[in-house]
Amino acid sequence: MLALWRAVDPSTARSILVVCAADGIVGFAFGAISIGAGLPLWLPTLLSVVVFAGASQFLLVGVIASGGSLLAAVAAGLLVNARLLPLGLAVGDAVGRGWWRTLLGSHLLTDESAAFALIQPRGEHRRAAFWLCGVALFLCWNLGVVAGAAVGTTIPDTDALGLDAAFPAIILALVLPILRSIRVGRAVAVGVVVALVTSPFLPAGVPVLLALLGVLAGLPPRRSPATVIAPTATTDGTTGVTGTTESETAR
Amino acid sequence: MSAVTIGLLVAAGALAVGTLALRLVGVLLRARITPSDRVQELLDTGVAVLFCALIATATLVEAQEFVGWARPAGVAVGGLLAWRKAPFVVVVIAAAAVAAVLRLVGIP
Repeated sequence: MLALWRAVDPSTARSILVVCAADGIVGFAFGAISIGAGLPLWLPTLLSVVVFAGASQFLLVGVIASGGSLLAAVAAGLLVNARLLPLGLAVGDAVGRGWWRTLLGSHLLTDESAAFALIQPRGEHRRAAFWLCGVALFLCWNLGVVAGAAVGTTIPDTDALGLDAAFPAIILALVLPILRSIRVGRAVAVGVVVALVTSPFLPAGVPVLLALLGVLAGLPPRRSPATVIAPTATTDGTTGVTGTTESETAR
Repeated sequence: MSAVTIGLLVAAGALAVGTLALRLVGVLLRARITPSDRVQELLDTGVAVLFCALIATATLVEAQEFVGWARPAGVAVGGLLAWRKAPFVVVVIAAAAVAAVLRLVGIP
């Protein structure tokens, strides 16, 4: 842990601590809300250790507490977690090799650890940032949940603290540097529209997956040496003239 | 053990196993392939799209409905500060504080 701490640059390490503090408080609320809903003390603690995915834990407890079926609760949780598969595909190189590293590292894959890995250059720095964030978050999240479940009766109002605005702001601040290219911007714009338009009709988790259709709008033009400027039909139906400048700005 | 306890245990176990499977499939796939530059670019774009869609839905939608103005206002202020290169801790606290203050004055 100390070695990881040293391998990560101080500003990233400080940012990871901030995220851990915010998520620890949310974990505290999760523990308290679960007990407040009449669920046994062991359930929020067990969930936080073996599932370790906040949004799906809240969903599971919410569905059970409101009298929904267990099957529906698990299905809702899995749908919300489906995005972890493409996230693993994108930053899986940060996990490292060997079976125990793969198993443990996969379990530590969250939005936050993936985002911290993503903004690091490939190699040692990326691995260190991923593992430091994963391990630290696992500790803080679980400590928070245990404390919240133990206190139980006083449920902190995370909305009154504005903590629900902290999570999107955290991810936004982390991914902002990778949104520089026009092509990525176009893919993101299409993806966000798809997700928001489908959100009122589909269960949580699915709109975010559908947003990946936006990638089609950001496909790089096929480079052919014969034509420097080639008209390309983009996926949103418009026909644009795409030159070489766009692909150069991608890095 | 009561039936309720067994049901909760099975539900927790199913969510845990399913979630780990989702994580493992992505990570293992990544270990099997050595993406070309073009595929790597697609993966990078994909993860940017995924995160932005997550930000958008987490900011605006809860239980398939609009969440109200306090949260999006907080996220917007946080985003603006991040864009102006403010320290990370300032971004996070400002986002939470704006949402909290708006709710304090009665904007949900």
